[in-house]
Amino acid sequence: MELVSHLVTGFGVALTLANLLHALVGCLLGTLIGVLPGIGPVATIAMLLPATYALEPVSALIMLAGIYYGAQYGGSTTAVLLNMPGESSSVVTCLDGHQMARRGQAGAALATAALGSFFAGTVATLIVAGVATPLSELALKFGPAEYFSLMVLGLLGAVVLASGSLIKAIAMIITGLLMGIVGTDVNSGVQRFAFGIPELSDGIGITGVAMGLFGFAEIIGNLELKEKRELVTSKVKGLWLTREQFRRAWPAVLRGTGLGSMLGILPGGGAMLSSFASYTIEKKISKTPEEFGKGAIEGIAGPESANNAGAQTSFIPLLTLGIPENAVMAMMVGAMTIHNIQPGPQVMTSNPQLFWGLIASMWVGNFMLVLLNLPMIGIWIRLLTVPYRLLYPAILLFCSIGVYTVNNTSWDVMMTAFFGFLGVLFVKLGCEPAPLLLGFVLGPMMEENLRRALLLSRGDATVFLTRPISAFMLAMAVLLLLIIALPNIRKTREVAFAEET
Amino acid sequence: MLSIRSPKDFWAGILFIGLGIFAIAIGSNYHLGTAARMGPGYFPRILGILLIVLGAVIAIGGLRVRGERVPPWNWRATFVVLGSVIAFGYIVEKVGVAVGTVFLIVAASAASHEFRFWESLVAGVLLSLLAVGVFVEALGLQLPIWPQFLH
Repeated sequence: MELVSHLVTGFGVALTLANLLHALVGCLLGTLIGVLPGIGPVATIAMLLPATYALEPVSALIMLAGIYYGAQYGGSTTAVLLNMPGESSSVVTCLDGHQMARRGQAGAALATAALGSFFAGTVATLIVAGVATPLSELALKFGPAEYFSLMVLGLLGAVVLASGSLIKAIAMIITGLLMGIVGTDVNSGVQRFAFGIPELSDGIGITGVAMGLFGFAEIIGNLELKEKRELVTSKVKGLWLTREQFRRAWPAVLRGTGLGSMLGILPGGGAMLSSFASYTIEKKISKTPEEFGKGAIEGIAGPESANNAGAQTSFIPLLTLGIPENAVMAMMVGAMTIHNIQPGPQVMTSNPQLFWGLIASMWVGNFMLVLLNLPMIGIWIRLLTVPYRLLYPAILLFCSIGVYTVNNTSWDVMMTAFFGFLGVLFVKLGCEPAPLLLGFVLGPMMEENLRRALLLSRGDATVFLTRPISAFMLAMAVLLLLIIALPNIRKTREVAFAEET
Repeated sequence: MLSIRSPKDFWAGILFIGLGIFAIAIGSNYHLGTAARMGPGYFPRILGILLIVLGAVIAIGGLRVRGERVPPWNWRATFVVLGSVIAFGYIVEKVGVAVGTVFLIVAASAASHEFRFWESLVAGVLLSLLAVGVFVEALGLQLPIWPQFLH
C-alpha cells in the first residue's frame, strides 16, 4: 500500500538520531512553555526560528512542531494542578481536572490527559497521512483564481471560528496583509512602504512581528495583573486509572479524537476550538451531567483527546494547500520560507523526505511526551514555583537574543519592540492579534495570485465566480459570514466564548 | 451631539481608518496599473479602501452601541520593558552578551511592582552564564561575550 510505504519513508527520517533529538528538544521546550504562564507556542517558535537556520529543514520543522504539541501537554498539567490553563486549549481541562486534583485524584487526571492525548495523536497522525495525498493532488489542479478564493475562505474561516469581534478580526487580517507586502515588490522591483530604510527592503521579519505581538505584549499585559496561583498538591501519586475510571474515559477519548480530528482541519480550528466543542458534547450526552465541573473524568478525557487531535490535523491545510489556519501554523509557514520551501501541494512531491518525516515525527513526539511527561511532572511543578518577577525578564532575554541574531542588527530588536507596543494597543482596543499574523504571512501570496488570476482573465473580475471551484469557495466564505451574522447563532457564539474568559 | 458609547470599538475603528488612509496616501506614490496589469500600487489601494470602510463601520458601531471602556494603560511597564529591550539591542555588540544580559535583566525587572534590585542582579548574573553557555558556546551564535575594549 502506498500509505505504508510513505509512512516507512517518514519513520526512516523521523527515527534518525539527529531528528529524534530535535523532536525531544521541541517536545521538552513545548512542555516547558506550556507549563509556564505568559509565553505561548507562537512566541517560542519565533524565538527559536533564528536558531534553526543552521539545521536541516526537516529537523527544524520537527523541532518547531514538537513545541506546538508539547505545549498542549504542558498546558494540561497546569490546568489540573493549578486550575490555571498554561495554554488556551486547556481552559476546559481546568473545570474537571482541577476538581479531581482537589479530591486527591491528580494522578488519574494527568494520566487520562496524557493517554487520551497519545491515542488521539496516533489516530490524527494516520489521518494526516491518509488525507494528505488526495488533497495535495486536488490542490495541484488549482489555478491562481482558485488559490485566491481559497485564501479568502481560509482567512475568513479562521476569524469566524475564533473568539472576539468578527469585524475587528477582519480589519486585523487586512492590516496584516498590508504589513505582509512591505518591502520590494517582486514584479516591479518598487520598494513599498519602506520609507527609504534599507532594512525594510526585504520586508518585515516574521520573528519580530510574532515575538512583539505574542511575546512582549503578553508580558506587559501580565505585569498589570496581580499574581494569584494556588498549587493543590506538590506530590502526585498513583499515575494510573482504576478500572471504573478507565471504563468511563475511553468512549470519551474516542469521541474527542473524532471531533478534534474533524475540527482541526477546518480553517480557524485547531486545539482550542476542539477542546471546547468536545467538553460541550460530553456534558450533553452524559447520563450524569451534574458531575461535570465537579471532577467528571469524561470532562478531561474528551477535551484533552480533542485538543491534541485538532493540533495535529491543523497541519493538513498547511502541508497540502500551503494555507495556515492558526497563528502557530503561520509561524510554520515562516519557518518553511526561511528554509526556502514554498508551502503548498508541491512540497509532498518535491520534498517527500521532509513531508513524511514531519508527519511521522508527530507520532514519535507524542510517544516521547507520554514517556517523558508523566515521570517528569515533579520537575514541571517545581518550575511553577518560580515567581513571575524572575520569569519574565528571562523570557525577554531569550526573545531579545533570538531576534537580535536574525541579522545581528539592533533594527530587528527595535521592530520587535514596536510590534510589542502595537500588540498592547490592539489588546486594549479589543483586537485579537492572531488574524493579523495570518494575513501577514499570506499577504504576498494573496497579491500574487490575485494579480495572476486577473492577468489571465484580462482584468475580468468575474473569473472568481465563473470557475466552479473558486465560486464554491467564495460561496462558502459568504455563507460563513451570513451564519455568523444571524442573530441567534451570534448569541450562542458570544456565550460560548464568554465562558472561556 | 454624538457621544462615544463604546470607546474600545470607537478608537479601534479610528485606528483602522488611520491605517487605511496611511496606506492609500503612501501607496499613491506607486504605479496603480489596471486590473489586468496590476502595478505595485493596486493591491495596497484595495486594502486601504477596505480598512477605511471596516474602520468606519466599527467606529460608527462604537457610537451607537454601549460597550466597554479602553482599560487603563500600564505606561511604566510598557516603557521599562520595551526600553530595556531596545537598549539591549543597541549595546549588546559593544558590551557583549555577558554584560548586556545583566543589564537587560536588572532593567527589565524594574517594570514589576515587586522589583528587588539585589535579587534581579543575582538573576542577571546567573542568566548571563546561561546565555553565554547556550547561545554563544552551544548554538555558536555570532555574538561577542565580553565588552569590545577588553579585546
